[in-house]
Amino acid sequence: MGELRLMKGNEVIAEAAIRCGCDGYFGYPITPQSEVMETLMDREPWNETGMVVLQAESEIASIHMIYGAAASGKKVITSSSSPGISLMAEGISYIAGAELPCVIVNVQRGGPGLGTIQPSQADYFQSTKGGGHGDYRLIVLAPSSVQEMNDFVELGFQLAFKYRNPAMILTDGVIGQMMEKVVLADYIPRLTDEEINEKYGSWATNGRKANRQRNIITSLEMDSGRMEKNNIRLQEKYTKMEEEEVLFEEFRCEDAEYLLVAFGSSSRICQKAVDLAREKGIKVGLLRPITLFPFPKKPIAALAKQVKGMLVVEMNAGQMVEDVQLAAGCAIPVKHFGRMGGIIPSPGEVVEALEQKLIGG
Amino acid sequence: MTEEIIIAGFGGQGVLSMGKILAYSGVMADQEVSWFPSYGPEMRGGTANVTVILSESRISSPVLNEYDTAIILNQQSMDKFEHMVKPGGVLIYDPNGIIHPPKRADINIYKIEGTLIAAELGNVKTFNMVVLGAYLKAKPVVKMESVEKGLQKSLPTRHHYLIPMNLEAVQKGFESLELVQAV
Repeated sequence: MGELRLMKGNEVIAEAAIRCGCDGYFGYPITPQSEVMETLMDREPWNETGMVVLQAESEIASIHMIYGAAASGKKVITSSSSPGISLMAEGISYIAGAELPCVIVNVQRGGPGLGTIQPSQADYFQSTKGGGHGDYRLIVLAPSSVQEMNDFVELGFQLAFKYRNPAMILTDGVIGQMMEKVVLADYIPRLTDEEINEKYGSWATNGRKANRQRNIITSLEMDSGRMEKNNIRLQEKYTKMEEEEVLFEEFRCEDAEYLLVAFGSSSRICQKAVDLAREKGIKVGLLRPITLFPFPKKPIAALAKQVKGMLVVEMNAGQMVEDVQLAAGCAIPVKHFGRMGGIIPSPGEVVEALEQKLIGG
Repeated sequence: MTEEIIIAGFGGQGVLSMGKILAYSGVMADQEVSWFPSYGPEMRGGTANVTVILSESRISSPVLNEYDTAIILNQQSMDKFEHMVKPGGVLIYDPNGIIHPPKRADINIYKIEGTLIAAELGNVKTFNMVVLGAYLKAKPVVKMESVEKGLQKSLPTRHHYLIPMNLEAVQKGFESLELVQAV
């Protein structure tokens, strides 16, 4: 059993990276996630595990350092917040195209543009539908507690390496800035060069050994026929993720007549809203997607047969609601309630929205 | 038992540290805790607040629209949070700098002369610990020994020589809470 600590979500990302045997962090500071690099610099993991921590000159440089290090089979992570992730979008598309594993943390703030430094979930589309160009997908994990900030770092790496695909931890200023109890993971040693060669030698550009073919990492393919094949291979990978990697959590759904659907910090607010609504005699449950891609379509479709309506609560203008509507079909109303620009909805507001948009209406 | 608290005042008063020490004290007493700050460009002189939740069970929302207890340390915070105390809840305030005292008739109201007491103790920085002591008198959610352990855990070792002075401030605050109105 690991060590119990009281920590901020951002600090935990740093600690979890060190403990899971990460080889490198490359990043650039931005509120509300600057504690990630601050904690790493304070911990000086280069003395302890040999992990490299580097403040690059920009987000664009950071993501391309990730690209290079990931190409050599290293376990690498970066973090930023919304405007910084937009700057990284080109590199993320290249990494997905070149089929390389890495973990990218987005501690979202309100946009568009430079926006605000307060929490938001307005990067759902960017994270799950693209962000960069081309037909690619990220594995997107949405933690709802400081504990999950710890757990999802290693989980993200496991999935990233399993599929050779970038994984994103999509969180926001609430979870990044709040402190909760967390049981830290035990240390996993970093892989040695020999171990990297053994595990990833079939693709990693870690120095060509005798009797081995040249590994080439690229997203470029000038021949359309071959490029289409590359795309088909990527799509097959995403289909496999949809079949095998969906994660979600249900809360008080057994007898629910109405359903709230929310991810990350909104799901915490909705848990309280469920309790408040049930005190008023409204039978409501909560479904929390943990993987935003692959999206939990099946459990939503199943609950659509049970409940009278769904309310999707997000700190944005209505993004995940589209995926919930697709999964639920047309038989029941699927409405959206959201606050924007850094405003966090309160549990009371969610209950009010539920009454107005679904029960009363 | 769940205790939902807002601590609000000026940046520099030690609002966030007070919340942190309270949260650590909860951890030491094996409670579930959450600590969510107003973050961002706040700094000395600006407003600062933190929501702390202590509970026997898993905490749902770290963000709230009503509180069991509000600890109010300036007028802006009084204006913002007085109406967000649950009926029958507790409001504790330091009258220093308060122009409009609380008007609610349906909550328990206490006063703590934190600024004065901290000055008398010879270190104005102990202000937040005086207020913490006063709060623990009104709401004994954690034991004094847990506060001591919380201070040890939250302060870096190089500052541990300050713990006795802080505990004295907590004790002084505990003894100096004044009841204004009980419901």
